[in-house]
Amino acid sequence: MDLNQLTIKEAQEGLRSKKFSSVELTKACLEQIKKLEKKVNAFVTVCENEALESAKKADEQLSNETIEQFNNYPLLGIPIAIKDNFSTKGIKTTASSKILGNYIPPYDATVVERLKNAGMVLIGKTNLDAWAHGSSTETSDFGATKNPWNTGFLPGGSSGGSAASIAGDETIGSIGSETAGSIRQPASWCGVVGLKPTYGRVSRYGLIAMVSSLDCPGPITKTVEDSAILLNVLAGIDNKDATTSPEKTEDYTKNLSQSIKGLKIGVSDDYFKGVDKEVIEKVQNALKIFEKLGATIKNIKLFDPQYSISVYTIIQRAEVSSNLARYDGIRYGLDRNNFGDEAKRRIMLGTYVLSAGYYDQYYNKALKVRTIIVNDFKNAFDQSAGGVDVIIGPTSPSTALSVGSSKNHPMFGEVADILVEPSTIAGLPGINVPCGFSKNGLPVGMQIIGNQFQESLILNVAHKYEQEAGFYKRKPIL
Amino acid sequence: MNNEPLTIKYKPVIGLEVHVELKTKSKMFCGCSAYYFGEKPNTHTCPVCLGLPGALPVPNKKAIEWCIKIGLALNCKIANISKFDRKNYFYPDLAKGYQISQYDKPFATNGKVVIARSTTTKQSQTEKIAALTPFARNDSKVIRIIRVHMEEDTGKLIHQGDSTLIDFNRSGVPLVEIVTEPDFENAVQVKEYLQKLQQIVRYLDVSNADMEKGEMRLEPNISLKPVILASKASMTNDLPPYKVEVKNINSFRFVEDAINFEIQRQTEILDSGKTPLQETRGWDSVKKIAVSQRIKEEAMDYRYFPEPDIPPFQFDESYIAGINCDLPELPEEKKYRFTTIHALSEYDAEILTRDRETADYFEEALRASAGTSSINYQVSGKNIANYIINKKVDINKTLPAELVKIIIKSSQKPSIDKDKLEEIIKKVISENSKAVNDYKSGKIQVIGFLIGKVKQHFSTADTNQIRISLEKHLKS
Repeated sequence: MDLNQLTIKEAQEGLRSKKFSSVELTKACLEQIKKLEKKVNAFVTVCENEALESAKKADEQLSNETIEQFNNYPLLGIPIAIKDNFSTKGIKTTASSKILGNYIPPYDATVVERLKNAGMVLIGKTNLDAWAHGSSTETSDFGATKNPWNTGFLPGGSSGGSAASIAGDETIGSIGSETAGSIRQPASWCGVVGLKPTYGRVSRYGLIAMVSSLDCPGPITKTVEDSAILLNVLAGIDNKDATTSPEKTEDYTKNLSQSIKGLKIGVSDDYFKGVDKEVIEKVQNALKIFEKLGATIKNIKLFDPQYSISVYTIIQRAEVSSNLARYDGIRYGLDRNNFGDEAKRRIMLGTYVLSAGYYDQYYNKALKVRTIIVNDFKNAFDQSAGGVDVIIGPTSPSTALSVGSSKNHPMFGEVADILVEPSTIAGLPGINVPCGFSKNGLPVGMQIIGNQFQESLILNVAHKYEQEAGFYKRKPIL
Repeated sequence: MNNEPLTIKYKPVIGLEVHVELKTKSKMFCGCSAYYFGEKPNTHTCPVCLGLPGALPVPNKKAIEWCIKIGLALNCKIANISKFDRKNYFYPDLAKGYQISQYDKPFATNGKVVIARSTTTKQSQTEKIAALTPFARNDSKVIRIIRVHMEEDTGKLIHQGDSTLIDFNRSGVPLVEIVTEPDFENAVQVKEYLQKLQQIVRYLDVSNADMEKGEMRLEPNISLKPVILASKASMTNDLPPYKVEVKNINSFRFVEDAINFEIQRQTEILDSGKTPLQETRGWDSVKKIAVSQRIKEEAMDYRYFPEPDIPPFQFDESYIAGINCDLPELPEEKKYRFTTIHALSEYDAEILTRDRETADYFEEALRASAGTSSINYQVSGKNIANYIINKKVDINKTLPAELVKIIIKSSQKPSIDKDKLEEIIKKVISENSKAVNDYKSGKIQVIGFLIGKVKQHFSTADTNQIRISLEKHLKS
């Protein structure tokens, strides 16, 4: 097995036992990037020199490190790719928009700072739909990212670069961000694990804002365990982000292997409406595995996800119109004409729904429906009323769509993300786990949604399934 | 200016928006120093106040507390639930393309400030201020405060030749906006209100409110309503169909000038049968005119929505009560106490309470004097007040106790020969039997008259010594 194919867990063990060095590991990733980038284009910026420099430093540290000290630097010497909407000090951060094409931030996002403190090697900045507006990574101003399973297909988005970099083994771990589906949906299409934590669990400081009330950083990894390892580094209150939660964090790797006997899984029919037959079949197979593992499946009624599209669209457009206002051409080089069509559409619609006389009709109404959705999930998880522990459904209505599909479909993202929008709006954690492959060899993903701050539980459920089903072992032929 | 037709035909309707910059150490939403005056441009900045991509605001607790303090001092109701909102508009000095402000749930609402109902000049105003309790003045006028809210200041544009530079040192400095109902009837009332407001925030020690440094900024809005309409309006409360806002005013004198200019200008327009335009004007303090800046056809649409980066606030009663307990004695209460307990004149009390330092100095001197009682001379509040006001004591150089010593020393007049004094007193008593009888029958104030008579015989007499001897004779 090539070093670049390792999981974070395997890389940790190899580095500790000195089977290989961080420089070797980093070089393996850089070589894979060189090999793949022309086809896949997962990166906006590859930090070759910086990465080798930090790998060297990590190796020096590793030679002096005891096992105990290693625990303080869980990512020491491990290459991580970060979505290009996280501010990285001294390294170009573009949000895949040419408006920020030459923007070099003077500060690190909290997520980046925490990963650096844990010892990571920043391997590069991954591609996204410009400003994270999209679900295809086709709308990047720096070229579309392609799906490593079949480069005629899309990787999903907006964290398509992060998901593709993991699927293509260009890095050991990666970080994405989700507003509604931007971690889970590309993870699903690329056949990898993507965890969207509870809103407020991970700091947004330094994440270029799309929808401030929904944005959430999270890991995209090769295995569930890797996501747990990264969440351990990322989670926790941040005094630079007033919306982070004081809720205490835990060791998210601790309960991974715990038995799920007696677990109550909720399944809602509405989440299978209009979904590809093949996807339905794979998710149903997965449910059978859960039953085999001792879980019980319960049919539940949830608020129809179609309403979430409207709620999400209004809130999202409104906040986008405000969040993009600072790119007025005065300080960031290019003027507003350089916004892509999608950003322009969102600014216009968002401006409209916030206008005097329309606020109550749209934005305020959306906030009210949002409360209904929040309560809907609360009831579903209400243990005292016979509620369920987790909810499972398909992550995306389809497998990866072909390159070009997002063009001329202004609502492409909203429809592709219909199944992740309700839980996003409610701020709930969710994880995508691969649950099979379609006939044409594209990955299928299912999502496991938990109640607020139930990351530990959904990671446990996902890990049990993953180990039983074993789809994570399959690699794309590149 | 001929005031006559105006007072007859139109009634000015004036409201005020005042911005006060708080003197917190750090800015409203980041840790940068909030002190910017005279600092090198763009040295007090960080990703947050520069509005860099990804940076997030974290509210300054002290600033919020101080804003609530101002609200309480202005007799406002403090919100139990409040929040920040985004006010979206474009201007090059606005780093994020929106200002974090408050829209429908400001920290404080529904307050009032009581001023004198003055219609003419400052002099008559001072004379009119009655000594009674602060809110019982029969000539007082209540100015209703609509709201007191918190927001962030913007950067500053510096125009140099053809180019414009931006200094973000001021970006994110905490600002409190205080909005009144259109309750003012003339420029003098506005000025009195502003002086009061300035005095209050200085007493609270939350702002220096220095107009020249831009720490206090004023925006009056002025319109006139015909008197016939005005009498009806007392029932219907109709406001004129237009409003003129004047900006760029950096002194209390200019606000008076600007309001009077506008009243005159609008009167002329109304006299010609037209309605003045709804607009924003800028005050030119050299030419003494308000120049049209922007015609407002309709209200700007700021597309307010709740600031998603800052969770809403819930203030419990104990938090608000705690801030309330912390409020210092405010000028109005202090003045009342000075006039009643320390028997100062309204005029003296007014001057001593203008700023907290002088008032504190006065009280300290008073305490010091209580400890240094001399046998035949007691330093009264009135003595101290006279000294501070008339001798223009430098309160930063002279300690209060020293001041008391100085007063005692200067008051110790060469003592009068006792025999001579006895002789004169006897003479005065025998010559003024009516006054003596009055005194004995209880009209003790006539002693002043008798002291005066005795004093006529001495050029430099110690009034106290005379009083003491005189009282001895009268009571015997």
